[in-house]
Amino acid sequence: MAVNRAFVGRTYTAGQPYEVGREKIREFAEAIGERADVIAPPTFPIVLSMRAESSAVLDPELGFDFSRVVHREQRFTYTRPVHAGDVLTVTVTLTQADTLGGNDLVAFQSEVATLTGEHICTTTTSLVSRAGSTP
Amino acid sequence: MTPLLVRPDHAGVEIGTALPPRTFTITRADLVRYAAASGDFNPIHWSERIARSAGLPDVIGHGMLTMALAIRVVTDWVGEPGAVVEYGTRFLRPVIVPDDDTGVPVTVTATVTERLAAPLVRIELTVRCGGAKVLGRTRAIVALGGPR
Repeated sequence: MAVNRAFVGRTYTAGQPYEVGREKIREFAEAIGERADVIAPPTFPIVLSMRAESSAVLDPELGFDFSRVVHREQRFTYTRPVHAGDVLTVTVTLTQADTLGGNDLVAFQSEVATLTGEHICTTTTSLVSRAGSTP
Repeated sequence: MTPLLVRPDHAGVEIGTALPPRTFTITRADLVRYAAASGDFNPIHWSERIARSAGLPDVIGHGMLTMALAIRVVTDWVGEPGAVVEYGTRFLRPVIVPDDDTGVPVTVTATVTERLAAPLVRIELTVRCGGAKVLGRTRAIVALGGPR
C-alpha cells in the first residue's frame, strides 16, 4: 500500500496541552544516563512530538504501515530548553509523503510552544516504512 | 574522569578542537527504560520475534536513544544542557542490542567544525557501533559561555 500524498500539508494539533513534570524530566534524563529535573535534556521534546505525530501516522487513510517503520532523520531547533512546569502544545504538519523504491517515507514538522504562544522548539522527523521483502 | 571545571568559551575554541570522546553501552534493560521514559513502545525495541518479522536481524535500539546519548558528549563539554541551539542527525544503521548482560558499545567523538557568530559554534559528531557509523550528518550548534 502506497502512502497517500494528498495528506501533505495537513496539520494536526495534539488534543490536550502537555504539562511538563519535574519527575518526568528526571525519568527521561535517567533513561539516557543524565541527571536533570528542571531543565530537560535536548532530545526531551521527542516525548511530545512523537505522541502528537502518532495521531497522524496512525490515520489509516494515510496508508503508512507503522509496523515496518524506522526512524530516518531527526532535527531539533530550539528557542529555549523545555523547563519543568511548562504547559506545551504541539502543532504537527505533514511535510512529506512519498514512495521511493517501495519504501514509504513521511516527514513532519512540529512546533512546540507554550500555551501563551512562546516558541520552545521546532522538531522535524522523517520516518521510513520499509518495503515488505527487504530488511 | 576529572570534572571539567573551566567551561569552553567562544574566543578560546578553534576549528578542529576535539571534545572528550565517550563510549556508551546499550543493554536491553536500557531499551526498556528508554521506552517507558519516552513513550516509544515500538516492539522492534523489545521483541525479537517482532523485530525479525519486521525484517530486522534482532532487537534494535531506539535511534532517539543513540541520539540522546551522543549529545551528552557536547552538553558535558559545554557544561550546560540548555546551550544546544540546534541538533540533527540521520539514522544510517540500527544499533543491534543483544539479549545478554554486556550490551553493545556505541562510541561518540565530536569536533568543532565551524566558528559561527559568538557565542555559537558548530560541532560534528561521529557515532559508531561495531566499527560502522550508525548516525550520519550528526551536527549540533551550541552557545558557549553559559546558558542563554
